[in-house]
Amino acid sequence: MKKIGGMAGAMLLSLYAGASSAAWQLNLTTGATKSTQVIYDLHNLMMWIILVIFVGVFGVMFYSVYAHRKSVGHKADQFHENTTVELIWTIVPFFILIAMAWPATKALIDLRDTSNPDMTVKVTGYQWKWGYDYLKGEGEGISFVSQLSTPQAQIYGTETKGENYLLETDRHLVVPVGKKIRVLTTASDVIHAWNVPAFGVKQDAIPGFVRDTWFRAEKEGIYRGQCAELCGKDHGFMPIVVEVVSAEKFSAWTGEQKKAMAAAADDPDKKWELADLKARGEKVYAANCVACHQANGQGIKGTFPALDGGKITTGPVKGHIDQVLNGKAGTAMAAFGKQLSDTEIAAVVTYERNSWGNKTGTVVQPSDVKAARK
Amino acid sequence: MSNATPTHNYYLPEPAAYPVIGSVGILLLLGGFAMWFNEVALGPWSSLAGLLVLIYMMVLWFGKVIGESEAGLYTKRVDVSYRWSMSWFIFSEVMFFAGFFGALFYARLYSVPELSSIDHKLLWPDFSPTWPSAGPGAEANFTPMGAWGVPAINTLLLLTSGVTLTISHFGLLANNRGKLILWLGLTILLGITFLGFQAYEYSHAYSELNLKLTSGIYGTTFYMLTGFHGFHVTIGTIMLIVIWFRCLKGHFRPDHHFAFEGVAWYWHFVDVVWLFLFIFVYWF
Amino acid sequence: MSAALDTHGKAHDGHDDHGDHGHHTPTGFMRWVTTTNHKDIGTMYLWFSFAMFLFGGAMAMIIRAELFQPGMQIVTPEFFNSMTTYHGLVMVFGAIMPAFVGFANWQIPMMIGAPDMAFPRMNNWSFWLLPPAAILLVASFLVPGGGAGVGWTMYAPLTTQMGPGMDLTIFAVHILGMSSIMGSINIITTILNLRAPGMTLMKMPLFVWTWLITAYLLVASMPVLAGAVTMTLTDRHFGTSFFNAAGGGDPVLYQHIFWFFGHPEVYIIAIPAFGVVSQVIPAFSRKPLFGYASMVYATSSIAILSFMVWAHHMYVVGMPVAGQLYFMYATMLIAVPTGVKVFNWVATMWKGSLTFETPMLFALGFLFLFTLGGFTGLVLAMTVVDVQLQDTYYVVAHFHYVMVAGALFSAFAGVYFWFPKWTGKMYDETLGKWHFWLSIIFFNVTFFVQHFLGLAGMPRRIPDYALQFTEFNQISSIGAFGFGLSQVFFLYIIIKAIRSGEKAPQLPWDGADTLEWTHLPTPAPYHTFENPPTVK
Ligand code: HEA
Ligand code: HEA
Ligand code: HEC
Ligand code: CUA
Ligand SMILES: [Cu+2]
Repeated sequence: MKKIGGMAGAMLLSLYAGASSAAWQLNLTTGATKSTQVIYDLHNLMMWIILVIFVGVFGVMFYSVYAHRKSVGHKADQFHENTTVELIWTIVPFFILIAMAWPATKALIDLRDTSNPDMTVKVTGYQWKWGYDYLKGEGEGISFVSQLSTPQAQIYGTETKGENYLLETDRHLVVPVGKKIRVLTTASDVIHAWNVPAFGVKQDAIPGFVRDTWFRAEKEGIYRGQCAELCGKDHGFMPIVVEVVSAEKFSAWTGEQKKAMAAAADDPDKKWELADLKARGEKVYAANCVACHQANGQGIKGTFPALDGGKITTGPVKGHIDQVLNGKAGTAMAAFGKQLSDTEIAAVVTYERNSWGNKTGTVVQPSDVKAARK
Repeated sequence: MSNATPTHNYYLPEPAAYPVIGSVGILLLLGGFAMWFNEVALGPWSSLAGLLVLIYMMVLWFGKVIGESEAGLYTKRVDVSYRWSMSWFIFSEVMFFAGFFGALFYARLYSVPELSSIDHKLLWPDFSPTWPSAGPGAEANFTPMGAWGVPAINTLLLLTSGVTLTISHFGLLANNRGKLILWLGLTILLGITFLGFQAYEYSHAYSELNLKLTSGIYGTTFYMLTGFHGFHVTIGTIMLIVIWFRCLKGHFRPDHHFAFEGVAWYWHFVDVVWLFLFIFVYWF
Repeated sequence: MSAALDTHGKAHDGHDDHGDHGHHTPTGFMRWVTTTNHKDIGTMYLWFSFAMFLFGGAMAMIIRAELFQPGMQIVTPEFFNSMTTYHGLVMVFGAIMPAFVGFANWQIPMMIGAPDMAFPRMNNWSFWLLPPAAILLVASFLVPGGGAGVGWTMYAPLTTQMGPGMDLTIFAVHILGMSSIMGSINIITTILNLRAPGMTLMKMPLFVWTWLITAYLLVASMPVLAGAVTMTLTDRHFGTSFFNAAGGGDPVLYQHIFWFFGHPEVYIIAIPAFGVVSQVIPAFSRKPLFGYASMVYATSSIAILSFMVWAHHMYVVGMPVAGQLYFMYATMLIAVPTGVKVFNWVATMWKGSLTFETPMLFALGFLFLFTLGGFTGLVLAMTVVDVQLQDTYYVVAHFHYVMVAGALFSAFAGVYFWFPKWTGKMYDETLGKWHFWLSIIFFNVTFFVQHFLGLAGMPRRIPDYALQFTEFNQISSIGAFGFGLSQVFFLYIIIKAIRSGEKAPQLPWDGADTLEWTHLPTPAPYHTFENPPTVK
């Protein structure tokens, strides 16, 4: 009996969860879109129906436990079937289910409608970061990669954890408020899932395929989510941060981005010096390669090869460039050709060939990479 | 049998070591494969050892079963057990093939068309969904396998083998040993010819059509389905050969020959699977 | 007691090959290796599964210890992923399934009046295939790269990135599949062909029925899983493109094939548990099972429906809306036959004469918590709600309710219930009750709070989490340690009972009325029913 009380209490409590603090959140979020509200309401409706059935069924059971005990001298009846009763409890649940299916169907059909978006963004899952490309609408052409910005020191406990521990990224996906955003998901290596609970959005990102979903955020603010499909080692460390801003702010942001992108574009024909290239390469390495090959170039034994003294990193340059450009099929080593520019690849290859114990002295120029692309 | 109650006297074998020998064999075989596929030198040897142990186990075990059967230990009820178990075993095989056929249908009806849909132009701008397909990431420079050459002949061979097997069964039922042995022998020959043609087809595909296991989804499904089927034909042929030798030794009676029938069921099953293969892999 | 008790009466039977050859029956270790006796084999299954349960449980403890607080403390992310993977695989394939096969081996021949299983040697092989599979699974931790960190569902294409551990795991799954298929064929054949005269199908104890249906599910679904992992293997090593878009394949294809096996699999786990509970509840209610026929039909409907709902695990892979709707409706439909079963159990208790020994307590725990897990399943079945909950701890909570409080509790009920029949000893009732109360309390502490974590959006299969999830995770971890220790306590209860338990009376449960209780002595002799009883 107590258990039922507890259950009911917990469920009732959960109805007020929207108001409670994040740490003790007991129910779904009401979120920032109409979809989340629909889902929230549907879930609550389900909980009420279930609660009633639960109390009904187990009310009977516990009454029986209480009243039909042998220890109080109850003698067993010997009845063992009753067609009417059995028919009733087959048919009634069926109708209850229809009552649930009705709103669920309506909600589903509404929520899956991705037509007529104001803006389209392509989201690409990489091990273990997200790439964003603004495809259509304002901001078209903007493209960047976003990854976890929580420092390792916080993860490994040598520093206190910040407020948004694990839910913070170096770049935010910025979108305007009140606009219908269509999100195309895909991936470059394994399946990931783009998931922002506050928008009621979760969509697998499948390598080689394109899937879509949408949201229309009603409130400005910063919303956070995480990759929701096991994608290997750092699956737990690829958050999503979406910043919903006003239309004006969004325009300003897109302007800035375009300028920054133009400024950052490298001259592909520039001839680089070893030191500059190595410095640049270190950054590229830190952003793209450390997760597997580690900062000290030692990799992780058995899973990710050491680049320090590796066969390829100290062997012919061609093979090295090829490995980075095209990856190695069937392993975690992805093809970086599409993610990184010629300059970046040249830089990271140069860096790897001249760091740790590697002392090849080779300088790889962007033009070499360009040549290798064909 | 004089027993009043039917389950009485159900033959219960004494303790036997075959199972555990088989387990050791399996462990060596599959553990060996795992090493082999990862370039551990011991791998092939372990696999070979495992295979030999398994063969040893089967020879012993089946030999024992045959001995028991010939010694008259198997009552009608044991016979019924064998019938049930063989039927369910074949059902499990049907489900196994269903998985691979499922993959074929899925690729043809779903993933290949999907990969060329509007949204997917983003990733694969110039892929067109024709079957046979090697997928959008590779050039389709192979020639698909036509239906009306070797595969059609093979269909005929297998269908005929089903008939010859049935004739030999009639021979057995009529206690006509000569007929039994002759037609069963013919069935075996047809099976072996089938396998020979299939081997020829594979080498032709590799050397002239450039059709390989790695030729995208078409090559994948083609080789996996025909390969698994060929493997089953091989097993079936071996079983037929064993049965043939047993016939030569004078085993089986018109009213007691489940081993023969079980093999025949299996052979017909392999036949039917081939028909599906012929239609969906080669023809359409 | 009838003449059937005279199990050695067969010595004058010339046809009977068994035992009367003056054959040296192997003793010691070789007895277990070579045995063809269903009771020996059942015992081995049960001990094996318990060992695997401890192994899988120890991995769960590592998971919960790492999740005790945010940050990485104990293990690396890769190792964590492999813990999740092998915890799931070992619990499902190593612990729960073999446990129920153990029950099947012990009980089915006794319950239908058969002398043994239909194929005793193959029966032994079904068991002895498990150790090689376990060896391969354990070996995968020891090879370079360690165990595969892909989840028990082994989704492509992550599997193509793994080291040799993945291959070992794939082969282990192949062996487990062989074992299950052979075991199932044996069970089906035994049930269909070796029933005592008069034991019609509709007179069989419900446990036997549930195993007939489960065996069918196994034969139909295990080969499909074997196919799926075989495709994974060839994609890994032979350049095939089943799950590779560039070659025209599709990673989602793997999921379809896996779940075509995977959903029936969860009923493979649940249905024998229903069977055990359907024996226990009537026995302690001293009343026949209510609605026997409708139980049979309901279980069969569940089995059939289970092949038609698989994509409810895949609502977010991007199916067409029509597909989502179909799978939502079909999934919800399973609530009807499952509901029939729940109602029948409650009706069996109604106006009974109830007592609450340990088996009954576990059966009631099952009933209460399994239903709760079923309800959360229904919540997940709603496509739009599942979009929020898929791959969160809500799912983890759901399936531990149905598999731990469901299947595992039912297995505990079965062990306590049949323990006297198997060993002739009684367990300590007080300790048994302690085991129950500790289990049910710690179970809820562990898993109830996971619903909240899931609703708040905590993803599953992560080694580290954001700060707002800390409190519930700590509660859950504490519960898990308590639950784990309670199971060590269970081991103690069993060993104590075997070594120094009181002698069990002939009929320890006065409500039990199946053949093993009414027609056989306690403990059951090594060979039973070589002369079949006649069932009225
Ligand atoms: C024993 C195992 C078992 C059982 C019995 C079930 C039973 C059910 N499961 Fe569960 N499930 C799992 C094991 C199991 N499940 C596992 C292991 C996973 C996760 C796999 C993974 O991803 O790793 C999973 C995941 C899972 C999902 C996917 C979640 C996700 O990943 O997003 C869904 C979605 O539909 C689901 C639904 C259901 C439903 C509807 C039932 C129904 O059968 C429940 C029916 C029962 C009841 C409803 C209660 C009793 C009924 C009544 C009292 C009648 C009256 C009621 C009404 C009319 C409402 N399950
Ligand atoms: C029937 C199957 C079954 C059973 C019985 C269990 C039992 C338990 N499970 Fe498991 N679980 C699964 C099936 C099962 N699980 C599956 C299929 C998954 C999904 C995997 C995936 O995502 O791929 C999963 C995933 C899973 C997760 C999510 C992991 C993740 O997403 O990363 C968690 C986390 O809390 C968990 C916890 C537990 C706990 C605490 C127990 C406890 O009940 C275990 C209790 C038993 C013991 C503890 C053993 C006895 C004690 C000892 C050996 C001594 C040591 C004890 C101490 C030090 C206290 N399980
Ligand atoms: C997701 C994990 C991952 C990331 C990120 C990654 N690699 Fe790798 N890398 C691998 C794996 C796994 C291999 C081994 C492939 C094989 O088996 O041959 C590898 C191999 C290599 C090799 C060959 C090493 C040798 O000697 O065999 C080089 C060079 C390399 N990577 C460079 C890079 C560079 C440069 C980056 C970043 C731009 C990078 N990797 C990012 C996983 C990764
Ligand atoms: Cu990306 Cu999980
Ligand atoms: Cu399911």
